[in-house]
Amino acid sequence: MSKIRFLLPLVLLACLVWFLGAGLKLDPKEVPSPLIGRPAPDFQLTQLDNAQTVVSRADMVGQVWILNVWASWCAACREEHPVLLRFAARTPVVIMGLDYKDERAAGQRWLRNFGNPYRASLFDEDGRVGIDWGVYGVPETFVIDKEGIVRFKHIGPLTDEVIQTRLEPLIRSLNG
Amino acid sequence: MAKWILMLCLAWWGSSGTWAKEAIPAAENPALEAQMMQIAKELRCLVCQNQTIAESHAALAIDLRQQVREQLLAGKTSDQIYTYMTARYGDFVLYRPPLKSSTYLLWLGPIVLMVLGLMALLLVLHRRSKLPDNAFDADDADISSST
Amino acid sequence: MIPEIGHFLLWIALGVSLLLATVPLIGAGRQRTEWMAYARPSVFALFGLVSVAFLCLVASFVRHDFSVLYVASNSNSALPVEYRIAGVWGGHEGSLLLWVEMLCLWMVAVAMFSKHLPQQVLARILAVMGMISVGFLLFMLITSNPFDRLFPVPVDGRDLNPLLQDPGMVTHPPMLYMGYVGFSVAFAFAIAALIGGNLDATWARWTRPWTTVAWLFLTIGIALGSSWAYYELGWGGWWFWDPVENASLMPWLLGTALIHSLAVTEKRNSFKSWTVLLAILAFSFSLLGTFLVRSGVLSSVHAFATDPRRGLFILGFLTVVIGSSFALYAWRAPTVGLGARFALISKETALLANNVLFLVAAAAVLLGTLYPLFLDALGMGKISVGPPYFDAIFLPLMVPVVFLMGVGPVAKWKQAALPDITVRLRWAALAAVLAAMLAGIAAGELHLGATCGLVMAFWIVASIAEDLWTRVGSKSSSVNDVVSRARQLPRAWVGMMVAHAGVAAFCFGVAMVRNYEVEKDVQMAVGDSTSLKGYTFIFKGTRELQGPNYSALQGVVDVSDGSTTQVMHPEKRIYRVQQNPMTEAAIDAGVTRDLYVSLGEQLDSGAWIIRIYVKPFINWIWFGCMLMAAGGLIAATDRRYRRAGKNERSGMEAT
Repeated sequence: MSKIRFLLPLVLLACLVWFLGAGLKLDPKEVPSPLIGRPAPDFQLTQLDNAQTVVSRADMVGQVWILNVWASWCAACREEHPVLLRFAARTPVVIMGLDYKDERAAGQRWLRNFGNPYRASLFDEDGRVGIDWGVYGVPETFVIDKEGIVRFKHIGPLTDEVIQTRLEPLIRSLNG
Repeated sequence: MAKWILMLCLAWWGSSGTWAKEAIPAAENPALEAQMMQIAKELRCLVCQNQTIAESHAALAIDLRQQVREQLLAGKTSDQIYTYMTARYGDFVLYRPPLKSSTYLLWLGPIVLMVLGLMALLLVLHRRSKLPDNAFDADDADISSST
Repeated sequence: MIPEIGHFLLWIALGVSLLLATVPLIGAGRQRTEWMAYARPSVFALFGLVSVAFLCLVASFVRHDFSVLYVASNSNSALPVEYRIAGVWGGHEGSLLLWVEMLCLWMVAVAMFSKHLPQQVLARILAVMGMISVGFLLFMLITSNPFDRLFPVPVDGRDLNPLLQDPGMVTHPPMLYMGYVGFSVAFAFAIAALIGGNLDATWARWTRPWTTVAWLFLTIGIALGSSWAYYELGWGGWWFWDPVENASLMPWLLGTALIHSLAVTEKRNSFKSWTVLLAILAFSFSLLGTFLVRSGVLSSVHAFATDPRRGLFILGFLTVVIGSSFALYAWRAPTVGLGARFALISKETALLANNVLFLVAAAAVLLGTLYPLFLDALGMGKISVGPPYFDAIFLPLMVPVVFLMGVGPVAKWKQAALPDITVRLRWAALAAVLAAMLAGIAAGELHLGATCGLVMAFWIVASIAEDLWTRVGSKSSSVNDVVSRARQLPRAWVGMMVAHAGVAAFCFGVAMVRNYEVEKDVQMAVGDSTSLKGYTFIFKGTRELQGPNYSALQGVVDVSDGSTTQVMHPEKRIYRVQQNPMTEAAIDAGVTRDLYVSLGEQLDSGAWIIRIYVKPFINWIWFGCMLMAAGGLIAATDRRYRRAGKNERSGMEAT
């Protein structure tokens, strides 16, 4: 009976190894979003190409839409951009951009040079709206449903694989 | 002659440092700054993830420090500010893990382990004291020396 | 050619280590003297092979051989030679080679200083260490070859991370690895004893000096890392509870428990299976640390570049080594005897309570370090566990430890009387509280936290003083008497007291710095002055200077305490290759305080933001650690380890 306590170290080791093994598949740096399942944060921003037009969250309710956070100073956004352009060409879903902590002229120039997949880009000069959305690295992509609830967040550049396996099925199911 | 006297005076003033002044605090409001830093020290920078928002030079950290300053000026308490941060970034942003059902083991574990450990020691020693002498080795002749 | 030679030698070393891991072990089991005799020469051969391979890597660095991938990633043509050498262990692959080199050094030491060990025991010990070297050599050769070539050869290397271009890089990793790897000796002794069934006080006496020396190296290594972080990282902290720091603290805590447990086993032949388990645990945590740092499961500023394949290999290795050790333990430990009897109140109990507390402390640090991983793996979200948690948990756990540090040395073996102890220590307790309060008042104000820390420090010192008085002072009738008695104090005892005094110095430094440190952030234009705690700082401006591989803007700050003036030079550097900006703080170190000045940003007005700290007694933290290590060294050279060796060669017969 008392011999069993000598087996305790082995049991604890097995549990530890299981967790460490599971940890090998996880990314400790990735920060999941607390916004999933909650209403999208409100915002009132001017459009990048038109400082007179203001877009707010209420304007987007009633449709499934995608918010893609980008900036002209962001190298990884260059990587993602062709993927996004291809996606925008084939999908009817509205893709809105959020130009995060950028200069208006630089952002406009970037879109002219590399293509514009967005219905419109919102201009978040001081990054406040980005903070409300929990943006910590650029690019990031959100999917918001018809009621304005955030359903999905992807951190880092989009790839064709992510779009095909996660984004498009989700959009199909949200559209009913 | 007058020029000479003027130059002497200037030299004397210059060397006594009367143009230099007492340095002013780096922050506009040092008390607010100190409060902000206390809060910022408990928040994790999400960009350079191994620094606090107080230490980090990342753009996001600078923005968030400014957020904290504004919220303190608006009269928010530190708890409200932490709630603001976790609503946007999740519990990950807190260096002091919140006490909730998923972290009971974390916060209570050490003290429970200590109590259990010491109790186990006492139990083992108690059981041993009940054993007959022949269960043990014979004593060394000399046990009075220290180590 | 040289990298290829190095690579080839490592493969041969793998072969030799495989022989070492098997032949002497089988020989020990079958009592075949010729097979057991393979152990020593194999160890020397292994040492030779690995050392030459190591030198090949050093040569590749010194010669700027950028055709070697590892050199190209960690060096540069402008890198000064001392950092080229230190760069050998600046990355994952090279640091593994350092690990194996250290293992070989320890194996050679064991092979050389083991004339008193029975051949069968020595054969098993060296075979176990050989098994460990097989694992690490395999790991290196399969996943992390430092000699991989790079085509096309780059014109220049990517440079060593500027944060690592510092004297700390030359000393901290080698000392740390000497400690980590050194626990493999205690581990090997434990495994050999479990296999051979001869677990007794003699075994403990053999193991103790090895463990103490490994422990003292680890103490030095951790202290060097902490002081390096302090002066390098620009915000004056010295411990961050970073996962990699914790990975070094956990073996240290277990090693400390092991040293104390070995004392009980050596003296009283007691709690042998517990000591063996601790020996296994200490090295297991060294291995666990290796995994945590190199696998990418935890985010850390110290972590090496990661690769899940490497993580998987180490995890497998870890599981095999620790798992088989625990299995061996579970099989053999129940048959080990109980040793000599002792009462509930006794020195043995105090030492065992120490063990429990250190084990709990190590478990608490492990819990905090891995908890984010636990929750994430269970899909329960992501949290961070940082300094606020660890400070809240760890300090309270150390209070009973420090209390016992006063009581333990004074308690008698086998049976101690509580009234005796109380009588001996009551003045010590009173003196401690008074001294703590006086120190607090002298520092400016009384703080609860500071007073607690100071009471801990003074309690240890007072108890040491009491013990010293009892042994030397109270029995003596003249000064000559005192001196002669003091001379006769056994080194083991002196070492213990010096080490404990080191702990007291450490507690004192921590208590003073955490509670009485002051800071001032100011904007300074040229000529501006500011004062803090009696020191006046005058900013004299900046000047540019060029380092060997960096450009710097150096600030000039005059500091005066009324009588003398020093000049301090905080810098902002840009290392040319990696283009990262680095802040080098200027520190005026002193026995009673450090003055710490660092440059912040420059404002549009041309003034600079300058951060000034006065940190009281901060150097006592690392001085305390060095005292601990010195105590360990004194204790490890106790006469009886050297004397007993001669007796044993004639008397001992292993089972």
